[in-house]
Amino acid sequence: MNQHLKMDRPQDDVIGTMAQGVIGTAAPRRDGPVKVTGQARYAAETGTGAEAVGVLVRATITKGRVTGMDSDAVRAMPGVLSVITDKRLLRNPAQGTANAAPVQDPGQVAYFGQPIALVVAETFEQARHAAQGLKVRYAAEEAVTDPFADTTEVERPEAKQTEQGDLDAAMTAAEFSVDSTYTTPAQNSAAMEPHASVAEWDGDRLTLHGSYQMVKYNRNELADSLGIDPANVRIRAPYVGGGFGSKLGIAPEAVAAAIAARDLGRAVRVVMSRPQVFEATMRRSGTRQRVRLAADADGRLTGIGHEARVSNLPDEAFSEPVTMATHFLYAGKNRKYAHEIARVHRTCAGSMRAPGEAVGMLALENAMDELAHAAGIDPVELRLRNIPDVHPENGKDYSSRRFADCLRDGAARFGWSARNPKPGQVRDGEWFIGMGVASAARGNILQESQARVILHADATATVETDMTDIGTGTYTILAQIAAEMLGLPLDSVSVRLGDTDFPPAAGSGGSWGAGSAGSAVFLACQKLRQSLADMLDTDPSELTLRDGTVTSSNTQQSLADLLSEDLTTIGHIEPGETSETMQHAGFGAHFAEVAVNAVTGESRVRRMLGVFSAGRILNEQTARSQCHGGMIFGIGAALTEDMVHDHRDGHIVNHNLAEYHIPVNLDIPQLDVVFLEERDAWANPLQSKGVGELGISGAGAAITNAIYNATGVRVRDYPATLDRVLPGLPDD
Amino acid sequence: MTLKTTLKINGKDRTLDADPRTSLLDALRNHLDLKGTKKGCDHGQCGACTVIVNGRRINACLTLACMHDGDEVTTIEGLGTPEQMSALQDAFVRHDGFQCGYCTAGQICSATAMLDEAKAGWPSHVSASLGDDVSLTDEEISERMSGNLCRCSAYPGIVNAIRDVARGGAR
Amino acid sequence: MRDFDYARAGSRSDATARAGAGAQIIAGGTNLLDLMKLEVMAPEAVVDITRLDLHEISVVEGGGLRIGALVTNSDLAAHDVVRRDYALLSRALLSGATGQLRNKATTGGNLLQRTRCFYFYDTAMPCNKRDPGSGCHARDGFNRILAVLGTSDHCIATHPSDMAVALMALGASVEIEDAAGDVRQMPLNDFYRLPGDTPHIETVLEQGDLITAVLLPKPVAGRQIYRKVRDRSSYAFALVSVAAVVRMEDGKIASAALAFGGLAPKPWRNAKVESALTGKVPSDDLFGQAADILLADAVGFGANDFKIPLARRTLRAVLRQATEATQ
Repeated sequence: MNQHLKMDRPQDDVIGTMAQGVIGTAAPRRDGPVKVTGQARYAAETGTGAEAVGVLVRATITKGRVTGMDSDAVRAMPGVLSVITDKRLLRNPAQGTANAAPVQDPGQVAYFGQPIALVVAETFEQARHAAQGLKVRYAAEEAVTDPFADTTEVERPEAKQTEQGDLDAAMTAAEFSVDSTYTTPAQNSAAMEPHASVAEWDGDRLTLHGSYQMVKYNRNELADSLGIDPANVRIRAPYVGGGFGSKLGIAPEAVAAAIAARDLGRAVRVVMSRPQVFEATMRRSGTRQRVRLAADADGRLTGIGHEARVSNLPDEAFSEPVTMATHFLYAGKNRKYAHEIARVHRTCAGSMRAPGEAVGMLALENAMDELAHAAGIDPVELRLRNIPDVHPENGKDYSSRRFADCLRDGAARFGWSARNPKPGQVRDGEWFIGMGVASAARGNILQESQARVILHADATATVETDMTDIGTGTYTILAQIAAEMLGLPLDSVSVRLGDTDFPPAAGSGGSWGAGSAGSAVFLACQKLRQSLADMLDTDPSELTLRDGTVTSSNTQQSLADLLSEDLTTIGHIEPGETSETMQHAGFGAHFAEVAVNAVTGESRVRRMLGVFSAGRILNEQTARSQCHGGMIFGIGAALTEDMVHDHRDGHIVNHNLAEYHIPVNLDIPQLDVVFLEERDAWANPLQSKGVGELGISGAGAAITNAIYNATGVRVRDYPATLDRVLPGLPDD
Repeated sequence: MTLKTTLKINGKDRTLDADPRTSLLDALRNHLDLKGTKKGCDHGQCGACTVIVNGRRINACLTLACMHDGDEVTTIEGLGTPEQMSALQDAFVRHDGFQCGYCTAGQICSATAMLDEAKAGWPSHVSASLGDDVSLTDEEISERMSGNLCRCSAYPGIVNAIRDVARGGAR
Repeated sequence: MRDFDYARAGSRSDATARAGAGAQIIAGGTNLLDLMKLEVMAPEAVVDITRLDLHEISVVEGGGLRIGALVTNSDLAAHDVVRRDYALLSRALLSGATGQLRNKATTGGNLLQRTRCFYFYDTAMPCNKRDPGSGCHARDGFNRILAVLGTSDHCIATHPSDMAVALMALGASVEIEDAAGDVRQMPLNDFYRLPGDTPHIETVLEQGDLITAVLLPKPVAGRQIYRKVRDRSSYAFALVSVAAVVRMEDGKIASAALAFGGLAPKPWRNAKVESALTGKVPSDDLFGQAADILLADAVGFGANDFKIPLARRTLRAVLRQATEATQ
């Protein structure tokens, strides 16, 4: 008994006709009590204590081959059970939605810090010391590690070098123009939970407790890596300690744990150390971006150019899609894009929160600020003037877009009119004060998803899907959807997630989780409503379900009385033609007030506002927290985060949380988030759009624009650490 | 070689017979089945492992279990249960002071001891004066909680939750 | 972390007797265990001194303060007398690390913190401090956090402590007990050694030595300021820090004690800077001259060049604040 929907047409607002109004409320997290009391079990904590412990060993050359290692000496150490160098061990982590094994054979070294072996011992202390003591011999080769060196091999995929009109001519004819180059550094997702797996075999069947975002894909990646049937692999990830893209694809510790557990015939736990997370999971690529803007006397764009260089290992398919939002955000007839991929021997580059927009919008929105300054037009007004009627490259309509309202509403709430447009004018003691604005945009995506909903005879319900909750609020949102559709109190719905034994969903990534998995729950519930209507010989539209009671025309009864047995359905959503016919995105505007110390160049965010239009908001509180998270990632990107590669061997120099500076509590003021009322009938039957990545898009640019307004210093190389601000400050 | 250590954890005597290299954090997680305390960095750089020892918050990763023979340790499991949450635990849920939940045990243990530090009149880096009169402004809370990283960035909710409890907010 | 013999010292003499070759004394452990986990340090024996009677802060007869080596950074920062008479020390301590770390880290241990140099911390990298003779990979590497003063061809590490910078400005001494039970004292400035060609030797401590206390002279009059410049607003090591005790008299600088963090392999104090200020009427020119003297021999290595102008600006701002007519 299934309900299937392919999104070929816009959908009516069914949720809006429901009786309870549970969706959209700030219902507290369902997983809250177990998390705040330490009862939630994350991957590394699922063992019984009897499991053996594996520690990965890293390569200490940049490129070459492992020619040998003193495994015997290590095997002789106390407690050591095994030194594993199986060719199936991963060299690179899998990219998001790869669905197949990533690059294997760690004997071939492609980057400094690459895993090359796993040492397994009875205890963590024994395994760690043994791994540290493993002597490795290499045949090292010359390696290119600098993405910007003249000699570095650069790929220019044809499909990503696009041109419309004549940008050069537009630049020449422009009344005002900007031609600036920006750089953004490599970054790390730095989820608080390091990648961890506990693997256990029962005959040919593997169960892996892992810290993963997309278990449907991870199962196939793991099975393919091991050379076994995916049907024999079960992955469980009910609690995931943050991901931000770093746990989209299967990572080295999972395959290593699975191989070791098979070899040893017992459960094996492998947890990456923090430096290993930096060195051997995904990095966000550094970028160099040239942005050109041409505008007429009124500040109307006549041309946009966005040319980017990113980097990755040779043969990796992913490359940071820098210009994604530039294609559809602003008008301008003449457009030019370039996308260059430097092939370097550095840690694998992959998705980190809002791949593309997170870095591309920094450059675009700084350039817009530079144009506003050059043209003497208010930066909010400049953006408003350049909102296109339709997609400026393919002519599609926007599925929904309250972009202008975000800018106007935000400006009013923030007190933008008090901003002095001339930089360096506002002082508060030793601090320069400035305000900055930036737009936010992030493409919205629907992904195929299934969810099972069981309406129990006692008028409770269970939702089951392999969807994950990585802090995004899935447990809560799916419960809200089911409760709303079935007229149940929220407490009567239980949600079970993160298990490949459940129906496959999209997983957490690309901001598509809530809309996709939520739609599957919605569809399952629609079918259940049909069943209830059938039992009452009426039409579902005649049913009112509320607080566990069923009302239909003149009759009212408790749902429990109506039900004589459990009803089970699977909802199944698939993207369809609406994905093609419309341009889908969430929009927003960031406003920041930043203080820059006149003596030292230290920058501190004083207040920040994000106004977003993202369709129906499913849970006001979890959505706000997601936006806070994105905005704070933006603050980190703007001010502190910089994963440094040594220029000689490409190794990551600051591979720990003491020296890779993610924001601390004191870096963050109270943040304001406002959601504008919006429905998107083209997105999915919930009429929602993703918010997980929208909040980071442009956030950092609002801060660097504020630094410019405060000081007149235009930082074009991120992050805006004090050494980049200092040279432009007046002698104090 | 192993060493025998007795710890009073959450009010109960627990005996550990472990490798002297065992950190207090690994003792809790790997030997005593107290997995609520988290390992985020293992080097005192994130605060996820914060526990309260003899009334003081510390990083459990940066101390050896064997050095704490006879000490009183309070972990997140000792502060409350899902059915009976402490005031801070409850406030963290109400104010959404977490998302993924991995740093949360450390945040709450840290905040629990931090409130005592403030009561004792300890100043902080952002205190205008070094006097005894500590007023827990948002800035004070943020500075005192800056030893607990949260990559989900629930900092606004964390500050709201702690402020609520510091000002005697209702359970 | 290699296996080690663990022993809990029952007395000072027990501690010094055990602290022989291959042994490390452990107190707070916040830096030692950090380094042992990475096998940057790999002692064969660890001597736990936390149960020794070195936890007291006491006022010395005739003025001054005796701070037991095991006094935690938290207790020291919160101590009434320190807050009242040595505010600089409280401020420096509170600007360092986190509440959790300060609850563990001790006075003696803080003095012995090792550098945060990335290349020291990574056992795959050459480092003369960790592995004498292997070379310095930091000089031509990413050296943004490293030193511009007091460096050598062999090492450009910085000392990471805030506390020690304040103690240096306050004229603190270190009390050391040796294996024979003899107790000696020395000014903190003499306690540290510059790297020269032996960067692995950071202090004058010898095998069997135990720091038992830090001694502060009786409080000096004057304004006390600790200013720390860093990348995050909290929980970050100093890029540059300035500790100042400045006393004004009749519109002139009667005395100035200045120490600097983030600039050198040890907490840095330069008597010439202080004498250039003494007896002078404060002015921006004067402060500039003081900065010139401080930074006359400063050499950057690329990414850390900015520390030179930053130190200049920070010093001038601190001196302005310290010499302002009203607080």
